[in-house]
Amino acid sequence: MEYHYPDARGHFGPYGGVYVAETLVPALEALAQAYEDAKRDASFRAEFDYELEHYVGRPSPIYHAKRWSEVLGGAQIYLKREDLNHTGAHKINNCIGQALLARRMGKPRVIAETGAGQHGVATATVAARYGMRCVVYMGEEDVRRQAANVYRMKLLGAEVVPVSSGSRTLKDALNEAMRDWVTNVHDTFYILGTVAGPHPYPEMVRDFQSVIGKECLWQMPQLVGRQPDYVIACVGGGSNAIGIFYPYLEHESVRLIGVEAAGEGIGTGRHAATLVAGRPGVLHGNRTYLLQDEHGQIRETHSISAGLDYPGVGPEHALLKDLGRAEYVAVTDDEALAAFHALCRYEGIIPALESSHALAYAAKLAPSLPRETVLLVNLSGRGDKDMHTVAERSGIRW
Amino acid sequence: MNRIDRTFARLRTQGRKALIPFVTAGFPSVAATQALLPALVRAGADLIELGVPFSDPMADGPTIQHASERALAQGMTLAQVFDVVRDFRRTDADTPVVLMGYANPIEAMGEERFVQAARDAGVDGVLTVDYPPQEAESFAARLRAAGLHPIFLLAPTSKPERADEVARLGGGYVYYVSLTGVTGAGSLDVAAVLARIPALREHTGLPVAVGFGIRDARTAAEIGAVADAVVIGSRLLEALEGAEDPAEACWRAEEFLCPIRRALDEGVAQ
Repeated sequence: MEYHYPDARGHFGPYGGVYVAETLVPALEALAQAYEDAKRDASFRAEFDYELEHYVGRPSPIYHAKRWSEVLGGAQIYLKREDLNHTGAHKINNCIGQALLARRMGKPRVIAETGAGQHGVATATVAARYGMRCVVYMGEEDVRRQAANVYRMKLLGAEVVPVSSGSRTLKDALNEAMRDWVTNVHDTFYILGTVAGPHPYPEMVRDFQSVIGKECLWQMPQLVGRQPDYVIACVGGGSNAIGIFYPYLEHESVRLIGVEAAGEGIGTGRHAATLVAGRPGVLHGNRTYLLQDEHGQIRETHSISAGLDYPGVGPEHALLKDLGRAEYVAVTDDEALAAFHALCRYEGIIPALESSHALAYAAKLAPSLPRETVLLVNLSGRGDKDMHTVAERSGIRW
Repeated sequence: MNRIDRTFARLRTQGRKALIPFVTAGFPSVAATQALLPALVRAGADLIELGVPFSDPMADGPTIQHASERALAQGMTLAQVFDVVRDFRRTDADTPVVLMGYANPIEAMGEERFVQAARDAGVDGVLTVDYPPQEAESFAARLRAAGLHPIFLLAPTSKPERADEVARLGGGYVYYVSLTGVTGAGSLDVAAVLARIPALREHTGLPVAVGFGIRDARTAAEIGAVADAVVIGSRLLEALEGAEDPAEACWRAEEFLCPIRRALDEGVAQ
């Protein structure tokens, strides 16, 4: 498959681009240029690789979830263990890359938006690691849902700013981070956490995250003698999914499945399944699928997992959907929770609620497939941060 | 001839500067906006920027965010914005109206339908905050074909070649964002703004309006000494906050704008 995206102006077919106020255009051009230079600089790449190995703990292993596969009675499920990374999720891969770039550009202050808090924690972590000032914007609703991560960020020296505008979740945190960047663009680097936003973010974040899929490309043959039949990942903004999909795009026999949050059910309107139920529009600096009303106002979304609770999605996923190279499905809060508990009980692994969406779809798919079929699921993060949400949901007080 | 061009031509011969108030359509209420447009003209407005509310106003500070949220909560839609303009045109055939907002409501309606509806309602220009020139080729062409001006922003951070892009695609006037920040922010470096204006005017061949951070009669007069127009939005909306009925909103708007109009005229005369 011929696939060369994005183009020089950051377009993934009809998606992507730079839809921002003029004030930010020069900053994005400077960022794109700095990233192009860094990509070609062997010492930058070497330092990125070194940090991933020695600080993050890469490569992350792939684990055969044998007992769970046995219980499901069909295909074999393998887990890419991004939950074992330092800080507990895939988010750190991208943060290392962007922090190194910030340092290269001489920016002493970094800012970030966060939903579940995983990207905020990863940003606060790299800011401490490289001695940068750090401000994290987080929706008020998420501050409440993810109290443990808020405290982690503060321990790491970051300032956490609760955002009370709009729906008080990830999209509003992103608006507020953009406003900060517009105001402080001279000394501030915006570490965006997902493959959305204006160019060059979707490309840059994809490149930093694609270490996930690159490792799978050599790990799977060692484990099972071949590449998997399916690669399955959850999609909010879509960074862990692009990270594992991108190196597999040219392996056309490998089916790529992105799993969105169906919340309380697509029919209820309370969900965050952008690619499954949305339509294209412009938000947060790029053209992509959006959850919006008939007037083009962005809809409030719902998911049990804060990290998937976002009304947009990375523009490259929008393109992959239209091209038919990746398929996008959605699972409900209840299905994700069932998979969460199953992995705890059968494999001794507590997954993040985000990743539990990918697990839930694997659990749906596996029983219908032969035992020789190999499903590779990106276990993008661990679930320690979700204890409170799960306990509350189960009526347990602790 | 587009009303915007006519207005700037007239002001030039009069040796006056344009006062451009910005109000969010539907704030504090739809009825108030309807009453406000003629009131703004009575208070000395030469051109009106009418904000189309959007759920995610990324370039706006707290005041306009709040106004947008209030307007949307009352069910304000793009179709209703056109109704407001049409209503205004029944009594005012001369004062230009520029719609200012974000791309997605326009895209949801469809570019073609939007442009036609805007022209039919009596809109004269459209400023879409998140359509920078490189993403606005086709939209700008459609607007121009319908006789409407695509208005673009330039910022302190813009490189000189951006002005050429704006000259190529835009019309009416250039909206110079006076600071690196969101609407309604505090710190305005008047001297730095003034230093940029002559070059902008020369590069674009368009009148230069300055906005973002103009708060009162004094800053308006200082900027008006060099710029062709001043835009005042957040402070005006703050003055409207809590107005109990359309009449009170109008009265407050006039009270707020009259001294600015005066300062702008006197400042220029000095």
